[in-house]
Amino acid sequence: MNHVIPGVDGFMYPNEVELQWSLLIVLYPYITGLVAGAFILASLARVFKVKEVQPTYRLALLTALAFLLVAPLPLQLHLGHPERSFEMYLTPHRTSAMAMFGFVYLWYLLVVLLMEIWLDYRKEIVLLSRSTHGLRRFIYRVLTLGSQDISEGSLRVDDRVGYVITIIGIPSAFLLHGYVGFIFGSIKANPWWSTPLMPVVFIFSAMVSGIALVLLVYEAVTRLRGQKIDMPCLDAIAKYLFYVFVIDFSLEMLDLVHRIYESDESFRTLDFMVHTRMWFSEVILQICLGTLLPLVLLGINQIVKLPDFRRRWMYTLAGIMTLIGIFAMRWNVVIGGQLFSKSFLGYTTYKVEFATREGLLPAIGLLILPVLILIVLLKLFPPWEEQEA
Amino acid sequence: MEVTRREALETAGKFIILSGAARVAFNELHGEPVADPEKYTAAEHWWGMTIDIDKCIGCGKCVEACAAENGVPDGYFRTWIERYRVADNEPDNPHVDSPNGGKDGFPVLNDMPDAKSFFVPKLCNHCADSPCVQACPVGATFESPDGVVLVDQTYCIGCRYCIQACPYGCRYLDPRKNVVDKCTLCYHRITKGLVTACVEVCPTSSRQLADLKNPKDPVHKFMRENHVEVLKPHLATGAKVFYKDMDEAVR
Repeated sequence: MNHVIPGVDGFMYPNEVELQWSLLIVLYPYITGLVAGAFILASLARVFKVKEVQPTYRLALLTALAFLLVAPLPLQLHLGHPERSFEMYLTPHRTSAMAMFGFVYLWYLLVVLLMEIWLDYRKEIVLLSRSTHGLRRFIYRVLTLGSQDISEGSLRVDDRVGYVITIIGIPSAFLLHGYVGFIFGSIKANPWWSTPLMPVVFIFSAMVSGIALVLLVYEAVTRLRGQKIDMPCLDAIAKYLFYVFVIDFSLEMLDLVHRIYESDESFRTLDFMVHTRMWFSEVILQICLGTLLPLVLLGINQIVKLPDFRRRWMYTLAGIMTLIGIFAMRWNVVIGGQLFSKSFLGYTTYKVEFATREGLLPAIGLLILPVLILIVLLKLFPPWEEQEA
Repeated sequence: MEVTRREALETAGKFIILSGAARVAFNELHGEPVADPEKYTAAEHWWGMTIDIDKCIGCGKCVEACAAENGVPDGYFRTWIERYRVADNEPDNPHVDSPNGGKDGFPVLNDMPDAKSFFVPKLCNHCADSPCVQACPVGATFESPDGVVLVDQTYCIGCRYCIQACPYGCRYLDPRKNVVDKCTLCYHRITKGLVTACVEVCPTSSRQLADLKNPKDPVHKFMRENHVEVLKPHLATGAKVFYKDMDEAVR
């Protein structure tokens, strides 16, 4: 009889049986993708002057910030020696795709997102620092960074600089997430990852997930505030979500068709994996429920004009399914890439643990945390100036 | 036959002198001069290994010796042995097993009586263009000037990107230290003029340590006279573990 290892079919190199990158590493591209996508939506309003999505401009920026603050946490939790992670800043290895992460992250956080939000909110921060009391007053005073000038001229400068930063921000958002795709796409040892399409697919799937997230956040926040949802805004977001999703899906299908048609040495193994261990997460969850269903829901609304109530309902469902679908996509990339042996002769299993450092519990926590941060941010910086002022 | 004390002493004396002389003469002709550890100069060496697949009997002594020499934790392997069984009508679909890395030898299997069967010892290929070294974000894993891929475990952050980047499955995260570990080609031994633990114990001399920069090293004859291949040559990693007469099915 063969020596049987639980969870292993066929042959794995002995060191491959244990998966190295867990659920937390699934969260990493998921969360950075949400950030990049939310920012791109914000830039639609600011740079591309899409008037309809203006109500979500600030909301998208704050959403991006809330998720960006959480983005490095799953990585930190995953590291064998988190206390050494600063070595990536001090002695980055020039040839490593991963060594860039810290710098790309800091650039995006400090230069793009925080600057843009600060410039956009500067007037409100100054006004609030004058009108509030106690702790809030102190927070706003600190956030003015000593700049109390809110004259017309000064605000015009803010607007110009903010505009320039948004323009810089668009390629930066592409860089942030395209780079995450490159971390996977550049591993020649792994045929499931190694494709130049990976960064591009990551960018478009990021935009898809970020836009869907802002759509849902906008609906939820508006409902919680008892306000009326701006339907032209929602329609516009759904339209952009649909178009970007079509591009994203086409790219993913291009990758799939290319693999099937080329049928290289890895194909038989990967094909078997998709038909067995990944059938649910890839075919059912990612492609059918997470891509085709939202595409149909959004697509119908590009053709026929349904009543507001029905449209809202369809957009919400499409948004939720999109977020689930993109999560499944990240899962299929990260976990899928480790389920098969690099000998192409066998498969292993990934079992999610629960209350361990890399288990389900911290993962759920890491998905709730940005929502809590967003609530605090919304309290501190209400994006709806006209009603609150 | 009666042997006097005098004769016994004479014989013993001759034996000692002659065997000593023979040893010196043998060493002069064939033996490797034992390097002076004080004088080890990394730039004068370029290490690799040769493996004669036909000689490997799958006894697992190399795996055992490696684990003992380097304190490899159970269930992880710096070196391991794979048993290949290839049916003649399925050359690209070999049946491979490696129970406990081959450490305890291999159980007899009778389900493929007509298959071609052989053992393939595996270890880090100490690639000259290592994908693992390229991937390490902090430079904790590096190529030594004498061609050995090593990990600085006081520097490794445990991100495991190198494990993903290695096409051969040679790396693992040491659960005791939470840092990456792998074959060091017994660097602590080879720099003292010794061979690796796996080579030392191999009963059939299937494995040989090779210093590609030493013109007297038998590796040159080995490379000249045999059909030699590395694993996954299409990945262009500059692997330096050379297999003699390796079957196409091996991956």
